[in-house]
Amino acid sequence: MSATDPREPLIFDLGRPGRVAGTQFAPLDAEPPPLPADLVRREPPLLPAVSELQTVRHFTRLSQMNFSIDTHFYPLGSCTMKYNPKACNTYAMLPEFLGSHPLGPAPQGLLACLYELQEMLADISGMHAVSLTPMAGAQGELAGVAMIRAYHRDRGDHARREIIVPQAAHGTNPATAAMCGFEVREIACEADGDVDLQALRAALSERTAGIMLTNPSTLGVFEHRIVEIAALVHDAGGLLYYDGANLNAILGRARPGDMGFDVMHMNLHKTFATPHGGGGPGSGAVAVGERLAAYLPVPVVGRSADRYRWLDERDVPRSIGRLSGFMGNTGVNLRAYIYMRMLGREGMARVSAYATLNANYLLKRLQSAGFEAAYPRRRASHEFILTLRQEHALHGVTAMDVAKRLLDYGFHAPTTYFPLLVPECLLIEPTETETKEEMDRFCDALVAIREEMRNDPGKLRAAPHTMPVRRLDDVRAAKLLDLAWKPTMNA
Amino acid sequence: MDFVPHTEEDVASMLATIGIGSLEELFDEIPQDLPRPRLERVPQALSEMQVGRLMAERAARDGRLLNFVGAGAYEHHIPAAVWSIATRGEFYSAYTPYQAEASQGTLQTIYEYQSMICALTGMEVANASVYDGASALAEACLMAVRANRAVASHRILMPLAVNPTYRAVARAIAGNQDLVFESLPYDPARGITPSAALEPFENGDYAALVIQQPNFFGSLEDVAALTDWAHRRRMLVIAVVNPTSLALLEAPGRWGSGAPAARGADIVCGEGQPLGVPLAGGGPYFGFMATRMAHVRQMPGRIVGRTVDADGRPGFTLTLQAREQHIRRGKATSNICTNQGLAVTAATIYLALLGAPGLERVARASMQRTAALLERLQRLPGVQVAFPGPRFHEAVLRLDRPVAPVLAALAERGIAGGLDLHGHYPELGHALLTCATETKTDADLDAYARALGEILERGSRAASARGEAR
Repeated sequence: MSATDPREPLIFDLGRPGRVAGTQFAPLDAEPPPLPADLVRREPPLLPAVSELQTVRHFTRLSQMNFSIDTHFYPLGSCTMKYNPKACNTYAMLPEFLGSHPLGPAPQGLLACLYELQEMLADISGMHAVSLTPMAGAQGELAGVAMIRAYHRDRGDHARREIIVPQAAHGTNPATAAMCGFEVREIACEADGDVDLQALRAALSERTAGIMLTNPSTLGVFEHRIVEIAALVHDAGGLLYYDGANLNAILGRARPGDMGFDVMHMNLHKTFATPHGGGGPGSGAVAVGERLAAYLPVPVVGRSADRYRWLDERDVPRSIGRLSGFMGNTGVNLRAYIYMRMLGREGMARVSAYATLNANYLLKRLQSAGFEAAYPRRRASHEFILTLRQEHALHGVTAMDVAKRLLDYGFHAPTTYFPLLVPECLLIEPTETETKEEMDRFCDALVAIREEMRNDPGKLRAAPHTMPVRRLDDVRAAKLLDLAWKPTMNA
Repeated sequence: MDFVPHTEEDVASMLATIGIGSLEELFDEIPQDLPRPRLERVPQALSEMQVGRLMAERAARDGRLLNFVGAGAYEHHIPAAVWSIATRGEFYSAYTPYQAEASQGTLQTIYEYQSMICALTGMEVANASVYDGASALAEACLMAVRANRAVASHRILMPLAVNPTYRAVARAIAGNQDLVFESLPYDPARGITPSAALEPFENGDYAALVIQQPNFFGSLEDVAALTDWAHRRRMLVIAVVNPTSLALLEAPGRWGSGAPAARGADIVCGEGQPLGVPLAGGGPYFGFMATRMAHVRQMPGRIVGRTVDADGRPGFTLTLQAREQHIRRGKATSNICTNQGLAVTAATIYLALLGAPGLERVARASMQRTAALLERLQRLPGVQVAFPGPRFHEAVLRLDRPVAPVLAALAERGIAGGLDLHGHYPELGHALLTCATETKTDADLDAYARALGEILERGSRAASARGEAR
């Protein structure tokens, strides 16, 4: 790579045989007992042979090739990329917390935080009880649907083999239902984005185990008739699962428990500002109404006489069991706890109010500039969908082209091509922590890009132009699988 | 006290743009009869300073124990550079790298991570992580049932010497798809899975055999014999391994005999926490998974590939996404979406810093420290090492009395002495699983031995005093 190449070599290529980071060598005063020869590794693993400075510089440079909330506006719909407060990280990384072994004596300070977090989440969701063990949203879904399964099984209701999922749902919903051994029944949405009640009535039967809904939905609108839907599903003997992906929209304003939901997960890495970390870790706490409380995944923090301890299978004998080797993503839960304590009771409703204000402001500005809203007659929730179908027809550019061009303007792209039922769509979620000026700049960028569609559409199709790499060949990636470095590649 | 930046003027002008008179109107589509929550169980807001004080108090209440607990999470030294870099905002606050051109840092890091996991395990392909070691085993079992086309079976052979929590998690997750786990007993004298345990299963149809190395007791299994037995019966082999141990122990990809392409485990998984991730009360950790290229399309989770950009220069992107839930929905290999990315970033930096010789040093030092601890403890009256070895860095001790009160007494002296096995393995009697890593000095080992000796002696004196009174 040349001096002007913005890319970074692979760390394997930076090494030289025999080079080590010497201060990282553990002291070894005596030899360990010998191992049986047939168990001993014959060739050492091919790991990098680099110095500490090389390592630090390499990964620091790699970090600089990322967009992140700390560096860029990141309006990724459905992902709630709000500011991740530094205090949450700093205080969750106090040495006493980091040094705490999950199977050691119950750490009373840490467990007090987690117990209070369970209480706060139960209150915010309008539910009866909470388990913090699911390690991400999808695992929270798995826990919830497994609880629905256990509930019907305990009632001898073995015919209930179907989970209903609206077309617009996140992919994790049908995948979770399948993973729990259910058949998935997808139902349509109406033109205004609400669930098609006729389709729902037709789908409900004595085979219905439950329904999985996001509200506001992935279409960025609040399901008007949620109370009616809940009654229909309950009358048919099914339970309602709330996918908490969009909880930021209603935080402190309305509660899934009050809408009639029986079980839900919360993405603490969305609503409660814990980091996404380039793909994780998240945390997908589950909350349940009274009739599912007996099935919560363990462990759960319990309290008696001011002592906290982990409740396990002996305390919750009908639990669906364990989903993690220990207690779930405790460090993430701790960050969410710190965030919630800073916001406090009064801060919760401000989150949803300003997230919704920002989304509706940005939508209105973009509409005034000539962009087409997918659901123009609806109030946007904390996010909204633009469709670029007209631009696509006129100029041949796609939503992906616009997304890539936005990177050149210094903005992370919105979510593209989700939900699948809106053509050439951008799902935009600004979150409450962005300023009006930032959204104005984003709006100006989209307007400028639309000018480019007319004058220089080739520039969009070839975008991005200012990133460390140009557009990548995904087809080749899937065909000529290169998934790990091999030493022969150097030759 | 929140992170909302809006001034009063901002709000007024934004509401005017939207064409409404108040923030309240933004929620006019939410049914009016839904109650406004009062959130009585959410306390009043705190400033950063106040919350910092609160957390410092909570942390001080926990203090710092001298830790000898392992059982799947191990205390190792973490180089200062690891989390100093991993918590840079550009890694910490980035999303999943779906926009590849703006996420090359994360993508290249994952590619390097996958390469390192392949190097450690001796496999051809690794994914970008799953939640933890236990859920990795659950996913591996589901994957084995899909991948084993020679045997159409939902049954998995699971040794009882596999971490009992992992077994519970596999049941909770994979049991929903009607997988059946059949238990293999361990040899009570040696603490490993003997070949004789396999005989009753000689003629059954099983999709896979699980082998944990080192096993939950810290003992080393005869992995070659187990692997060959399973392969002869067309089962896949799922290896559950401690990544630190792989600096010393044979790579699962080379377990057993036969031609290089046929031998070895078929799916390798485990807990990645020992690679630079703090104990942190149980998480976040990460699970690693690796397999043969032939099975890559059955693997769950994200995978990064190296490809070229429009100028023909190398770059990185998520690939084989047709396996995943956001494309395949109900037919995906798993529902997993978010994984443990940041912990993977830390592990990649850790492995780069240590390299093969540094990791080997950690492994040897941990082995040596455990041996030195056992030497001290088994000198105490009433303490025996349960299994003769060979072992890695963990062992089962047998005490002459119930373990729980002994652990409680050790905790009062600031020592986390290990895990009481009574709940999981009552047949072992008063059994204690204990571990010492490279972080423990001779003085630490002496402190443990002295404390345990005093506790046992005091208990014995009390017992004999009661005996005399009778």
